[in-house]
Amino acid sequence: MMDRLHINWFKYSSPQAFYPLAGHLLPWFAAAATLLIGVGLYLGFFVAPTDFQQGQSYRIIFVHVPAAWMSMFLYVMMAMWAGFGLGLNARLSFMMAQAIAPTGALFTFIALVTGAMWGKPTWGAWWVWDARLTSELILLFLYGGVMLLRASIDDLRRADRASAVFALVGVVNVPIIYFSVRWWNTLHQGASVSMTAAPKMAATMLTAMLIMTLGFWLYSTAVTLGRMRCVILERERRSAWGVHQAHRDVLEVH
Amino acid sequence: MQWGSVSEFMAMGGYGLYVWTSFGVTALCMLWEVLALWRRHAAAIAGTREPILDHGAGRR
Repeated sequence: MMDRLHINWFKYSSPQAFYPLAGHLLPWFAAAATLLIGVGLYLGFFVAPTDFQQGQSYRIIFVHVPAAWMSMFLYVMMAMWAGFGLGLNARLSFMMAQAIAPTGALFTFIALVTGAMWGKPTWGAWWVWDARLTSELILLFLYGGVMLLRASIDDLRRADRASAVFALVGVVNVPIIYFSVRWWNTLHQGASVSMTAAPKMAATMLTAMLIMTLGFWLYSTAVTLGRMRCVILERERRSAWGVHQAHRDVLEVH
Repeated sequence: MQWGSVSEFMAMGGYGLYVWTSFGVTALCMLWEVLALWRRHAAAIAGTREPILDHGAGRR
């Protein structure tokens, strides 16, 4: 209040301070996500041309690739926060890892389902035990493992640490997914976007895909912030702060 | 734009089933997640008030 120019960011490493911050940021991320996903859908369906090889089925790319990228990105973020939690013994970091996991699992599920929807007309099969598909399925199991392990341990601190170790071990799967199309002879097509080569698709297709990806990232941030608020309140439900904050939230809503 | 009519748009060049299932599942998953979080937050708020109510009940 007294000095807005000098924000002490360490202040926000306490759950009690992070809770209102997340509440302030959430609507902005949600609005930006809605806007970008809207623009991305418009570009994807009305501006991007028909693919000369795959016809209209290729339009699945506008949800499939952003979802698949988010599934990997969120796993790395989850593992990173888990690592911070273990290294710094920081409660908020463990909570971040906890808050990211379900959204990561959801995007993994979306990537697999939309992949099946694309595989059927393109390859003639919903599913093949190809390196890319199999490693992505393993990612879903890893997310499930991290969440189940947490849920199965009653002691919160032990649950935090055990699921963090699980998340960190599982991170080796992410480069395997990413490079699988190069390391093995897969049915799955190679990377659509590469840092070293020119894009293999029309500029408007690429733009639509990148805007959808940005939209999914903003969405992920918004729901992670929202889940952080749930997690913090659930963990603080017996503290004076938790009861007070819940009371304030009720007053704000009504 | 390459769509002559709404039905042509819906048909997606014969791939309508695959394209719309993909986008539909994605939209449903995301909407469900937002809704579930909304409810979870409401439950978390309700959960914090329990100890106070319990206190009152215990004294009676």
